[in-house]
Amino acid sequence: MKKLVILSGKGGTGKTTFAGAFIKMGDIKAYADCDVDAPNLHLILPPAGEADEKEFFGLGKAAADPGKCTDCGLCETVCRFGAIKGGCVDIFACEGCGVCMEFCPQGAIEMRAHVSGLTAVYREAGSVFSTARLYMGSGNSGKLVTEVKRQLFENIKETTLAVIDGSPGIGCPVIASVTGADMVLMVAEPSVSGMSDLKRIVRTAQILRTRIGVCVNKWDMNGRKTGEIEKYCRDEGIEFLGRVPFDPSVVKLLNEGRTMADLAESPAGKAIKDVFVKTVRKIYEQ
Amino acid sequence: MRIAVLSGKGGAGKTFVAVSLAAAAKQACYIDCDVEEPNGNLFFKPEEERTRRVSVMIPKFDDEKCTGCGLCTDFCRFNALALVRGRVLLFKEICHSCGGCVLLCPEDAADYTQREIGEIREGTSGSVHVLTGMLDTGESSGVPLVQELISNIPSGETEVIDCPPGSACLVMESIKTADYCVLVSEPTTFGAHDLAMAVELVRLFRKPAGVILNKCLPEKNPAKEYCLQTGVNILAEISFDRETGKLLSDAKVAVNTSPYLKAQFLDILATIKKEMRP
Amino acid sequence: MKVIIPSETDRLDAPVFGSFGRAPWFAFADTVQNTIKFIENGAMGSAGGAGVKAAQTALKSGAEAVIAPRMGQNAAEIFAAADVKVYKAKAGSIEENITWLAAGKLELLTQIHPGSHGGMHS
Repeated sequence: MKKLVILSGKGGTGKTTFAGAFIKMGDIKAYADCDVDAPNLHLILPPAGEADEKEFFGLGKAAADPGKCTDCGLCETVCRFGAIKGGCVDIFACEGCGVCMEFCPQGAIEMRAHVSGLTAVYREAGSVFSTARLYMGSGNSGKLVTEVKRQLFENIKETTLAVIDGSPGIGCPVIASVTGADMVLMVAEPSVSGMSDLKRIVRTAQILRTRIGVCVNKWDMNGRKTGEIEKYCRDEGIEFLGRVPFDPSVVKLLNEGRTMADLAESPAGKAIKDVFVKTVRKIYEQ
Repeated sequence: MRIAVLSGKGGAGKTFVAVSLAAAAKQACYIDCDVEEPNGNLFFKPEEERTRRVSVMIPKFDDEKCTGCGLCTDFCRFNALALVRGRVLLFKEICHSCGGCVLLCPEDAADYTQREIGEIREGTSGSVHVLTGMLDTGESSGVPLVQELISNIPSGETEVIDCPPGSACLVMESIKTADYCVLVSEPTTFGAHDLAMAVELVRLFRKPAGVILNKCLPEKNPAKEYCLQTGVNILAEISFDRETGKLLSDAKVAVNTSPYLKAQFLDILATIKKEMRP
Repeated sequence: MKVIIPSETDRLDAPVFGSFGRAPWFAFADTVQNTIKFIENGAMGSAGGAGVKAAQTALKSGAEAVIAPRMGQNAAEIFAAADVKVYKAKAGSIEENITWLAAGKLELLTQIHPGSHGGMHS
């Protein structure tokens, strides 16, 4: 089974739009939404069946027993995150390191299991969709992303290609979604910001030594910048997998819970299909 | 007055709004907390930029003093330490800088040292003081960098914080000290869905907030409907305009070339000031 | 020789697990005594550094060699520092792989993949 991850660096370039279209066009049976901070894939690929939901536990957080606390203040001194004051723990600041617990002379602190999110797996007609939501104020997004992937692979045995919708940025959740990927497709925006962000995510993927492909979405918003992106790819030896024009009807389409696979006859629909074909070809080439 | 601009959804127009607010205000400080993908500096092109590197604490171990007792390794909840042949190995990118191992070592063999994770660039662009946080590529957490940025904002009349996308730890750090939060949304179901999450976040932090509906089209706007249904305060509606989009794609500060947009943003600033008045 | 292999279950007929760090179990075999036992891998549910923790568990058990289909940078570095050789598992059961190792039919694992946290150590 091959794994394709869709990233962008910059937010809003069209990762989820492309992921949704690819999944429909390729009749993909295994897919996941690893943008656990702001999952959107389910909005254009509405799951039909019941979800198999599980609470997700991040690293335990400190909890102090007011009955045992003598207010000596030692915990406050040793905590490097300002997460404990007067025996009260700020669970947003607490990193779960356990130093306060280790040093409390009264043994008044313990590390308590902390539910930091919810995972959901939808199974229907031989396909598996794994997604999750990170609860407000929680860290551990990288671990949750790993769990979303794990649940996808655990539930699907026989399939050729799995598609993973990633998150914006270059940090922890992105790195976690890239590990083990056979290929990363970057959806770029033809703008100064888009170019800058693309370079940073490409560098990140290069550090992780993954196969990379780049495409440009809404390319005609700035033809010159699109050309610059293509040149950047040539200079870096990165394969350019195509450009998709802006299509004003896409917004309405997405709002109706549909994907660009439904735009088969339009220039944008044809272009995105072309990117899909080229991407799949690249995944399987030796 | 400190304004944080966030959106939940990436690409809704946070940087457009943050840059516009800072540029329209008489004198402002713009702080780019989107340390993974900072873009404001591309618009402002600040001059006389000074750069300083930012580090986080990591432990270092003295092999001579270390007896291989393993207390530090057993303690580390992040699995950043391994004990091999009586020596402690540190996996520095996993280390969360809690200092526990240093405090616990019975042989005084562990001490603090630094590891660079990124930098802060500071410069000026006209009347705007620009601070940019930039995380080194390959680093997984920008939280310490955002904390450093926030604790070193030179006081000014208007301070605008450009937040990262989403509503997780980086965003929380960015909005913690804000007086007011501006939530930017786009007219898609994605936008409305993520706006709801951003609203939940600002409510959790008890921040006064208002929404800017960006890139508005004549069709039904799911984000606007969400605001009207839930009673969330709408600050302004900015229409989708291809020309503006082109300007932004070339990293131009739109309010400097469009008097109409400048007036809109001055209006927004005035509205926020009025809402903040006790 | 004492060998450790990531395993899907704690039963002898279990297949070799696809990854090292997050394997639910380790099969611990002593080729001299001809014994196999199973150790739980506490690293399976780790937030980060699963490879580090799993490798430590392996070292603590006294493993002198490891057989795995793939391995991340962090675990690989620990084994290298401990002079423990890592062999590439072939498609087959745990028992088969142990037999192949004893017969010298397994090659060293050379393709190490970067960890989710870069995997540098000082």
